[in-house]
Amino acid sequence: MFAIALKMLFHDRAKYLGLILGVAFSTLLINQQLGIFIGLITRAGAVIVDVPQADIWVMDPGVKNLDTIFPLRDTELGRVRGVPGVAWAVPLYKSNVTIRTGNGELEASLLIGVDDSTLIGLPPEVVMGNIDDLRRPDAVAVSVDGFRKVWRNEPLSLGNIAELNDRRAVVVAIVKDSPKFTSSITFFTRYSQALQYTNNGRNQMSFIVAKSAPGATPQEVSRSVVARTGLQAMSAEDFRYKAIMYVVQNTGIPISIGTVVGLGILVGIAVVGLMFNLFVLENLKQFAVLKAIGTSNMRLIGMVFLQAAVVGFVGFSVGLFGATMFFETAGKSPTFQGFYLPWYVAAGSGAIAAAIIVLAALLAMRRVLFVDPAIVFRG
Amino acid sequence: MNRQIAVECTGVVKDFGTGSVKQRVLQGIDWQVPIGATTFLVGPSGCGKTTLISIIAGLLTATSGTVRILDQEITKMRPGRVVKFRADCLGFIFQQFNLLPSLSAVENAAVSLVVQGSTLASAKRQAAALLDQLGMDKNKHKYPNQLSGGQQQRVAIARALVHNPKIVISDEPTASLDAQAGREVMELLRQVASADDRAVIVVTHDNRIFPFADHIATMSDGRIESFRRNAT
Repeated sequence: MFAIALKMLFHDRAKYLGLILGVAFSTLLINQQLGIFIGLITRAGAVIVDVPQADIWVMDPGVKNLDTIFPLRDTELGRVRGVPGVAWAVPLYKSNVTIRTGNGELEASLLIGVDDSTLIGLPPEVVMGNIDDLRRPDAVAVSVDGFRKVWRNEPLSLGNIAELNDRRAVVVAIVKDSPKFTSSITFFTRYSQALQYTNNGRNQMSFIVAKSAPGATPQEVSRSVVARTGLQAMSAEDFRYKAIMYVVQNTGIPISIGTVVGLGILVGIAVVGLMFNLFVLENLKQFAVLKAIGTSNMRLIGMVFLQAAVVGFVGFSVGLFGATMFFETAGKSPTFQGFYLPWYVAAGSGAIAAAIIVLAALLAMRRVLFVDPAIVFRG
Repeated sequence: MNRQIAVECTGVVKDFGTGSVKQRVLQGIDWQVPIGATTFLVGPSGCGKTTLISIIAGLLTATSGTVRILDQEITKMRPGRVVKFRADCLGFIFQQFNLLPSLSAVENAAVSLVVQGSTLASAKRQAAALLDQLGMDKNKHKYPNQLSGGQQQRVAIARALVHNPKIVISDEPTASLDAQAGREVMELLRQVASADDRAVIVVTHDNRIFPFADHIATMSDGRIESFRRNAT
């Protein structure tokens, strides 16, 4: 009977395609929008991800995210280092600077100052150059996407000279960093050099990044830092979560994307539900014939569910393929770096597609169950 | 088991609606359909022929009375058992053919076996042999919309007989066909369906095909008015 069910489904090609497109469109919209949402909010914690060596972040008690910073006094670094359970602690500087690009245009960029001696704070992946060269005067490392934006149409190379706040900066390394929320251009340099680029003098530490000693958890050590210094301290993971939640709670992004996702689900339910209902309605006499010649209700239900499942599976696959291709293609653009389709979004959209299909099948099933087989005798 | 009687209706009453809109369509039918013969059920439109065969087929339930088919009381069977009984013991031929448009002729003919649990592939082998017998060897793989009315009815006959049912119920089998095609279909039905252990019930008001009947039951106003052996 299942072979017959499939033949019935594939026979009406227009409706079959319509059903597939309904599920596919819904799946594509949900995956594309949620992928963008995850990509966007993940950017809120990108600076933290780029310092994988540190598991504790220390900052002014009023700091809520990575973009609104109040500088710490230089002496705080020593106090943090003195807290039991802190294996090491180094300063991290973060500021926005203006850069003049190769063709004279101005661009906003992010400047990260990393510890002079250990260079902790640099992203681990070096694409070109040697990070030890950062110890040279005026030396900076630039992100891959930043390089492509500043020196458009030029191949990646070292030795390029830029102006950061009107001061000379020589590119000695190119690194792969996490895409940021505000700018795609990020320069990394030594902490002391960063202060020169921004002319801010002493007491300019944005953060202190630290590592918990073996045997202590970042959460425990963070609590000790708070107790002993009065500063705000939390594990890298907690700070990342806090930064992400700040974006979620203080921007229109969740509502805007949530609306589109909701529409995707509604369109899926409406289009697939109505079209599947129509498909069953148009084939109702065929179901009645099958019922009349001895097909049980259970088998008819099985046929309807099989038809729905095939529509769901094919539609979901097409939609997921479309979403994957979108991220694959768009991801090649420098401004779209870091957006991807997380597995849990794909899995979640699969569950939504399944729910849409089950709902559509349940609606249609009623008709099949209650169709009077005696209609086959009516001309 | 009564080996002479295929269907036995006793006092079958059928009402539609309730209260003031209640309409009694069958007024207490007593009727016996013999095995090994083709029995026509004739009468004017609205006299209750289709309702009666729907009850015999287990597609409708009688308001009162009993229907015994092949010595089993179908009116007392549980719904699931009726469905199985229909699949195993009955074959249907409809006025509008009611072929599935998504299936080829051979697949349509195979449906009754598939309903019984055969795989489509093995059912198609049996159905193809029967279609050959019905002169459809060249059209087996065509779809219903590529077949004439007469050819479609041959496919419907094959579907009704492929699982070798003991009772074949045929509702106006020639109503959608011209005279020539109607006669051919009846000749085929008589050739292929007639068997000593099978009863064929044909509902019709096409008097051109009356010569194909062994017995004719005439209905009027929800009653069997006469039941006679056909002399023509």
